[in-house]
Amino acid sequence: MTVLLVLAGGAVGAPARWAVDRWVQARHGTGLPWGVFVVNVLGSLILGLAAGAAAGGALAGWVLTLVGTGFCGALTTYSTFAYETVLLAERRAWAQAVLNVALSLAVGLAACSSGWWVGLTLADLG
Amino acid sequence: MTHRRTLALVALGGALGSLARYALTVALPHEDGSFAWSTVLANLSGSLLLGILMGLLATVWAHRHWPRPLLGVGVLGGYTTFSTAMFDLHAMLLASPPTAFAYLAATIALGLLAALAGVLLGRQLGARATHRPAPRRGSPR
Repeated sequence: MTVLLVLAGGAVGAPARWAVDRWVQARHGTGLPWGVFVVNVLGSLILGLAAGAAAGGALAGWVLTLVGTGFCGALTTYSTFAYETVLLAERRAWAQAVLNVALSLAVGLAACSSGWWVGLTLADLG
Repeated sequence: MTHRRTLALVALGGALGSLARYALTVALPHEDGSFAWSTVLANLSGSLLLGILMGLLATVWAHRHWPRPLLGVGVLGGYTTFSTAMFDLHAMLLASPPTAFAYLAATIALGLLAALAGVLLGRQLGARATHRPAPRRGSPR
């Protein structure tokens, strides 16, 4: 059962990343890899919300597996983030490489943590 | 390649990559707030493999359409994760800030090194594969 949930979430999350990345890159094609940034922050926010709601007892464990492990895990990506950062550094675009790492971490962690607190609070209210 | 076919390859790869990541969490379980070896391992190995794959995509697989959506965007994109790393970090910050710092350092420093190693290795492999000695004259085509 768990395996099927992970497979299903992954099968939706990865194409969603591809679509969002293309959409964002078509509009902001220069500078930082904004497409990967957007999916990573978005996925961190959704995972935080789901995990917070689950911690508060408002979300069943299987939903967290489907949405968190499956969908958000595949919607976000570390390998492309690292690869794009290495390419920036290789082009001597040091400031952009550092900015990509710092922004992704700071905004991603803030999104995940605030999502967690919101999810937990909503679960306690409901 | 049509959009629909690309999406199907990405979905298939994403499902398989996610399953491999999940298998790592089963093999190396951890409590929320403790060091998440499974996430680190998935992200490091996935970054190394993506670097290698990109080297092959630029050379031996330059004219093939399926490896990038299936293996790059799909499998390795689904195998590695940013959201779980952020959630691990959030949980560790609440439980033990020194653990969170070690996790952050491992994720970023080792992750970028793994990606760099993969990129260099991928170029080597790609160059070696494309600079094979020319076939002898008269050899069967």
